Amino acid sequence: MALAKTKQDATQERLATLTLPDGAAWATAARADAVARLRQAGLPGRRDEYWKYTDPASLVQADVVPAAPYQTDEAPVFGQIDRLRIVFRDGVFDAEESDDLALEGIEIERLSDATQMDIHWAKNLYGVLEKRGQDPVARPLATLNTGFATDGVVIRVTGRPSKPVSLVYLHRKETSDAILHHIIHVEEGAALTLLENGPAAARFSKVLEVEVADRGAFHHIRAQGRDHERRAVTHIFARLGDESLFKSFTLTANGVMTRNEVVLELAGQNGVAHVAGAALGDGAFHHDDTVFITHDAVGGESRQVFKKVLRNGATGVFQGKILVKPGAQKTDGYQISQSLMLDDDSQFLAKPELEIYADDVACSHGSTSGEIDDDAMFYLRSRGVPQGAAQDLLTRAFLAEVIEEIDDPEIAEDIQSRLESWLQRRG
Amino acid sequence: MLEIKDLHVKLADEDKQILKGVNLSVGDGQVHAIMGPNGSGKSTMSYVLSGKSGYVVTGGSALMDGSDLLGMEPEDRAAAGLFLAFQYPVEIPGVGNMTFLRTAVNSQRKKRGEPELSAAEFLKEIREKAKSLKIDADMLKRPVNVGFSGGEKKRNEILQMAMLAPKMCVLDETDSGLDVDAMKLVAEGVNSLRDGKRSFLVITHYQRLLDHIKPDVVHIMANGRIVKSGGPDLALEVEQNGYADILKEVA
Repeated sequence: MALAKTKQDATQERLATLTLPDGAAWATAARADAVARLRQAGLPGRRDEYWKYTDPASLVQADVVPAAPYQTDEAPVFGQIDRLRIVFRDGVFDAEESDDLALEGIEIERLSDATQMDIHWAKNLYGVLEKRGQDPVARPLATLNTGFATDGVVIRVTGRPSKPVSLVYLHRKETSDAILHHIIHVEEGAALTLLENGPAAARFSKVLEVEVADRGAFHHIRAQGRDHERRAVTHIFARLGDESLFKSFTLTANGVMTRNEVVLELAGQNGVAHVAGAALGDGAFHHDDTVFITHDAVGGESRQVFKKVLRNGATGVFQGKILVKPGAQKTDGYQISQSLMLDDDSQFLAKPELEIYADDVACSHGSTSGEIDDDAMFYLRSRGVPQGAAQDLLTRAFLAEVIEEIDDPEIAEDIQSRLESWLQRRG
Repeated sequence: MLEIKDLHVKLADEDKQILKGVNLSVGDGQVHAIMGPNGSGKSTMSYVLSGKSGYVVTGGSALMDGSDLLGMEPEDRAAAGLFLAFQYPVEIPGVGNMTFLRTAVNSQRKKRGEPELSAAEFLKEIREKAKSLKIDADMLKRPVNVGFSGGEKKRNEILQMAMLAPKMCVLDETDSGLDVDAMKLVAEGVNSLRDGKRSFLVITHYQRLLDHIKPDVVHIMANGRIVKSGGPDLALEVEQNGYADILKEVA
């Protein structure tokens, strides 16, 4: 089908502002392929079914809407965690601020270095998982990222490194427009914990391609930046081998526009994939979690847990799908998306989907949208807990299930303390 | 302690008058019982005193130690010393019982300008009190009232009452859903809090509870009013003859 003229124009306009980075033949080919795919698919528009609840305009348009960096005295997220820090400033790797990239059990390179090499293992992943993730639903903003990503890290995990790798995204310039692309290959039996935090830029596009080989484990915890006007579109494409583990948790507080997509394929038997998110929105806040999990092997377990706390007109979106392919018997799929509205002005839009082509599976999903329970509120107040504190207690209770998705107690506590500080900002 | 005068209350959502002029005076250290047929307004009165929404006071007053209860927020009434033991204690998933109680105790102390209890002080106190109510450590850790049996919920109410040490305790059908042993346990909990100063208003359908918690005064409530008051014998009379005779007598 020919692309609509307006879409063609919008895509052309955006492409005109970008330059293809130099690189080795394989990288150049991957980027050229992405650009060709992008011209064919076109950038997303308001009329696209997949963007029904989120207007992609500000993520697509050529110009960046300026965003002031967030000023805070608060200690940075993960500050107390022993980790290997890799810092990006407005989307550019900052060697001085970063730690030495050497760590036992892991090889870390800068994307721009890896793509200069004629032979590199990243060739088998760069843009490859992203491309696989385009079917059955197109994700053109990820394709754009593959074509034009200027920086990122390429990580091969061969063992079990002693500490997490932490990607720190600093935002300094009001009009920065960052495109980062990371590749992670967790080899057989290896394990990595990846931390990400910070807004990165006024507008941030990020793709993370993760291959977890048999019996490998990948833990991912991120806290997106608190800058009120920042915009972000992120994609995680992951493929899981036999008996592998993938766990991803995201905390989003503030940010005028966020679209987080996770596209995950359980390709090996008995893989486990958990994807979770807590979003806290106040006022001009639009947060969209879009998840697509494909079970393509026997005995897989997937779990999606997404909770949103919304007030003062904030909007939360959840589009979550579980696809169970023929033969993926004994699949255990679970999905829950809930919102807690702290006033009448906020809205939550949810589209849970199950598509199942195997007959011996257990899949369930639920979606709710509610307010603070009046009876619970009165009970707490009748015991002397002031209204504000009672609301905080009930909000924390609402979020408890999603925080439990973080395995590491120290990291969970750090994330929990961020919830507290967000709650306490009320007047 | 508690002075209720000509209290009139209607439902907020519909034009239905529930309380039609309640007069009640509970002195310091006294135990008053309120009995009465279903729908007479007993529970409504307990809710209105503690500040639940959904009711409109259309006349009258309720003072506790001279302060106007009806003009205060629920949390301020609690801090001033009012406590309601709920007929149906609310389950709150995700909030630990201990966290909840510590927040409540310290919120009240803070409001009264008293120092907050440290974690250690709080723990020591709650362990002692829980033990006498046969509440185990597991129940304290679980989310508030979630998965508690009927008896456990009521014991948990009494534990809260003991920890918060209110001046004026209102017990709304605390005996409902309790077996004989559980009722004794609850009554002992209440009696241990009697100190000559603290007052109680016990709402019940059955005289049985009043064998364990001895009232000074028994009131009969019907159709939104206190229609008769008397000594403990009045409860026995109700137990034997029902409300019909009394209602006929006052009609």
